[in-house]
Amino acid sequence: MNQRNPAISKGIDWSLAGIYVLLVGIGLTAIFAATYKEGDSVIQSFLKFRTDYSKQFYFFIIGTVIGFFILLTDSKFFSATANLGYVLGIFLLLMVFPFHSRIKGTESIIKLGSFNFQPAEFCKIFVALALAKYLSRQETDFSKSRSQLIAAGITLLPAVLAILQSETGLALVYFSFFIVMYREGLPSVILLVGFAIAALIVATIVIAPNSLAIILTIIAACIIYMLRRQIKRRHRILTSIIFLWLLCVGVQRFAVPYIFKNILQKHQVERIYDLFGKDNPYLKKGESETVEETKKKLESGSSYNVRQSKIAIGSGGIFGKGMLKATQTRYDFVPEQRTDFIFCTVGEGFGFTGSMVLLGLYLILLFRIVTVAERQRSTFSRCYAYGVAAVFFFHISN
Amino acid sequence: MSVFNQSRSRVIRLIFLITFVVIIAQLFYLQVVSGKFSQLADDNAILRKTIYPPRGLVLDRNKQAILNNTLTYDLMVTPSQAKGIDTTFFCRLMEIDTAEFHKRIINAILRNKSFRPSVFEASLPPQKYARIQENLWRFQNGFYIQERPIRSYPFDAAANIVGYIGEVDSNYLKKNVDGGYQSGDYAGMTGLEASYEKALMGERGIQVLIKDNFNRIQGSYENGGMDKEAVAGNNLYTSLDIELQKFGEKLMTNKVGSIVAIDPKTGGIIAMVSSPTYDPGELTGTERRKNFSKLYTDPRLPLLNRAVNASYSPGSTFKTLQALVGLHEGVITTNTTFSCSGAFYGCGSSNAMKCLDPGTYFLKTGITHSCNTYFANVMQRVINNPKFPSQDSSLRSWDNFMYAFGLGHRLGVDVPTEQKGNIPTPEDFNKIYGAGRWGFCTYRSVSIGQGEVSVTPLQVANEMAYIANKGWYFIPHIVDSIDGGDKFGLLDKYKKKIVPIELSDSIFEAVHDGMQGVMESGTGRGSKVPGITICGKTGTVENYFRGVKQPNHSFFCAFAPRENPTIAIMCVVENSGRFGGTYAAPIVSLMIEKYINDTIDTKRIALAERMEKISLIPPLMLQKLRTKDSLQKVKEVEKELRIELKNMQDTLHSEDNVTEAEIKAGNTKEKKLPKENPDTKRDKKDLILPGDQRKQTLNKKDTVRR
Repeated sequence: MNQRNPAISKGIDWSLAGIYVLLVGIGLTAIFAATYKEGDSVIQSFLKFRTDYSKQFYFFIIGTVIGFFILLTDSKFFSATANLGYVLGIFLLLMVFPFHSRIKGTESIIKLGSFNFQPAEFCKIFVALALAKYLSRQETDFSKSRSQLIAAGITLLPAVLAILQSETGLALVYFSFFIVMYREGLPSVILLVGFAIAALIVATIVIAPNSLAIILTIIAACIIYMLRRQIKRRHRILTSIIFLWLLCVGVQRFAVPYIFKNILQKHQVERIYDLFGKDNPYLKKGESETVEETKKKLESGSSYNVRQSKIAIGSGGIFGKGMLKATQTRYDFVPEQRTDFIFCTVGEGFGFTGSMVLLGLYLILLFRIVTVAERQRSTFSRCYAYGVAAVFFFHISN
Repeated sequence: MSVFNQSRSRVIRLIFLITFVVIIAQLFYLQVVSGKFSQLADDNAILRKTIYPPRGLVLDRNKQAILNNTLTYDLMVTPSQAKGIDTTFFCRLMEIDTAEFHKRIINAILRNKSFRPSVFEASLPPQKYARIQENLWRFQNGFYIQERPIRSYPFDAAANIVGYIGEVDSNYLKKNVDGGYQSGDYAGMTGLEASYEKALMGERGIQVLIKDNFNRIQGSYENGGMDKEAVAGNNLYTSLDIELQKFGEKLMTNKVGSIVAIDPKTGGIIAMVSSPTYDPGELTGTERRKNFSKLYTDPRLPLLNRAVNASYSPGSTFKTLQALVGLHEGVITTNTTFSCSGAFYGCGSSNAMKCLDPGTYFLKTGITHSCNTYFANVMQRVINNPKFPSQDSSLRSWDNFMYAFGLGHRLGVDVPTEQKGNIPTPEDFNKIYGAGRWGFCTYRSVSIGQGEVSVTPLQVANEMAYIANKGWYFIPHIVDSIDGGDKFGLLDKYKKKIVPIELSDSIFEAVHDGMQGVMESGTGRGSKVPGITICGKTGTVENYFRGVKQPNHSFFCAFAPRENPTIAIMCVVENSGRFGGTYAAPIVSLMIEKYINDTIDTKRIALAERMEKISLIPPLMLQKLRTKDSLQKVKEVEKELRIELKNMQDTLHSEDNVTEAEIKAGNTKEKKLPKENPDTKRDKKDLILPGDQRKQTLNKKDTVRR
């Protein structure tokens, strides 16, 4: 990638590779800690591709081999095939609808023999490439709103498909590509408004409706007070502030509840609330949960997952309980911990210190990717690198 | 464009950084600031399993276990692994049908989920156990047998002494915060089980285990490094003679009352019978709750340890103590005579205390024939002794003698619920009559053991030990020693010889003479035991229930042999009617004979059988028993009627109201029966405490007793 040194070995950013290997190592250790039971023969299970950590190890090797091939390939190849790849990705996503097999509540997985295949995950790469390709086209002028809309369409199409497969989490990943677009000149206002809307929705979920309305009113009043001189000169400012205030309260009091009640499915709403560790308040009177149901939910529901993972991470303390001594993660209190909740293993086993190290590594990785991206001459490479960074970023911060 | 946008890379980095800071802040809160999560995690994953040590045994003086531990066997099932067994064969073994089998499996799943074991059948009877055990391999994994230790009583005796264990309730937990109990634990509730709980329970062990998300045990925590071994409870060696205890319980069959026998040399209790008693095995095992409520509601109060928890007027047995006081105070000598022309006229001729055998008595003959007048005179002289400035001080001095003899206060025996009894004090009389408005004549019946004085059977037996020893006693106790040492100092007070006041031996000899006379020519002459010199004293105790005179209590107390006594004993048969010599004396003589000679003389076996067979349930209790039974019957009838009514309503809709009214009319007739006995559920104090009767007798004509 470093154009000054055409040799492949010198084209590699070694610090990036180093961090990558380190993170894979930590990941392997964590999976090992989560799934290892006393008396397992480590070597045997490693060779037999039976356990999660051995699988992960083989994936790592396959990944490295593929990486080599990518290094050997001219970057123009990717630029040329990006659109084709995107079409393929969308096709795969569509294939899910007739061929999916229902696993653990999602409908996004195609089963190929013993191999589970989730197109929504794969599609991220294609979207990143396609987005990079579109942005790097000579004829694209990204300051025009038309191109902005097209770029947004490229990213959001698979997101919509993912939502239809009840993979809300994966769909949200695609929103991270707005970071790429921002880098390439998407007006900051859009990003700001996006953040504002997100903040408002989160606030709606977390804060009680009435108190949030009061808070919003107070904020509006403060702004009016601070801008009272300008308002005297231009009354339009006052009108727009009041309009904004009305909009916010409207969204908070009516729009969000309406969406939650009537548009989204019950389990989707629940999942969103679980994300914040709250109970779903939008249940109809008739189906209000009985004590048993609540208890059952606590034991098996998705809020159980969040609660247990919090307990696991929280019990790690500053230095953690030590490798293989973590009680929560080792004895399956945290569900799906070898995959979605793998961070719990690190949090419990190695405590705050371990978590800091891990997060630090990821931050360095991100910064490094950004640095590398900025060094790129071609817009395509830069965009792709940013795309990768964005996807990583999203996964980490989730 | 690219140059313009370069600054944006910094913004992006800033966004990354802020997000990370937020995550780290959250982590910091979760892991470092908030401590509750590690507690929650421990609760989640760590199981502190208490290891219960076997409770200590209770052994009698011949080292036979009277309270033991045995194992009972529960059949456990893990439903998820019980599939594919030969159900028909299994049901045949268990003597159940397949419907019942499925019901139990479903219950087990509902209770404990299908992958965790639950009880399929508790406490397998021996035969079933053997059958199942033999064939268990056929049902491997799905079923297994779990041992559970329970208490057993090899002799089925001494239920009230050893007591029972029960699940601790919240009150118990509050009272025993340091005991380390948790709800669900068992602890001694009555008897020795309760008073020696500390020694019997042993030291609990802790096994720290790790469990998974389904509460399945995964292994020990830190390789058992935090475990604590359980230490078995200590055995109690008692002074009880279980054979004598059984014999006593047999003699007291169908009687209400108690026997207490003490070894005067040690204070060790040889037998303590409280009748009616129960089979202690009833209060272990699965039927416990049912049996307990049956015993609890029995009007004869089998759960009450009458030997310590009932108090009676001592009746004439009290006279021995008056003789001691009189001789010690010098108001009489052995040669002092009093005459009885038919009653005691020392307090005027109205309401005179009668005596049965008119005549002139010395001290010895006074005791032998239990002359009321003699002892009324003795006490009158003690109280009206001119050396005392006032009635108060003279009564107080007399009280102190009584306290010294072990009356009026708890002795401190090692079975719980001991009562104090009562010795009237000047304060009591001041309260009743007003200061200075009472004198000996007010309470003259106390001199013959009636009226305001009350004692427990244990106190009377101890008093006998005191007289037998000529002036000292050890606090009566059942446990002599504890295996592995008395770590909690439970036995310290029983090692101290108590010499409350100095009385000369000659005084005791005089009383012994009188008591020996009782057996040779007096009120107890019918209960002689060939070859054993017994000193005894009869008592016939008048008593009242709510002002209604009840049949007399039959009292007898004795020690034997006169020289070098080995047993001091008392017996009370409640409301037996007749005299102390009629029932209590023969029972005591049989007990003494059995204890000293180890067997009953062939000539006296008939007496033992007669005593055993005779039924002397107090009439009040009989009445209540009948009421209880009829109440039960009424309830059953009502239930039947209700079912009938329901059936009728189901079939005869048109005649609904008529039918109901009819049934109701029928019902009320049945109900009248219990209403005639409003005091069906009287509290137990009424039954045995002389509280009421004391006031009754106060101003009543004092009558004869012997």
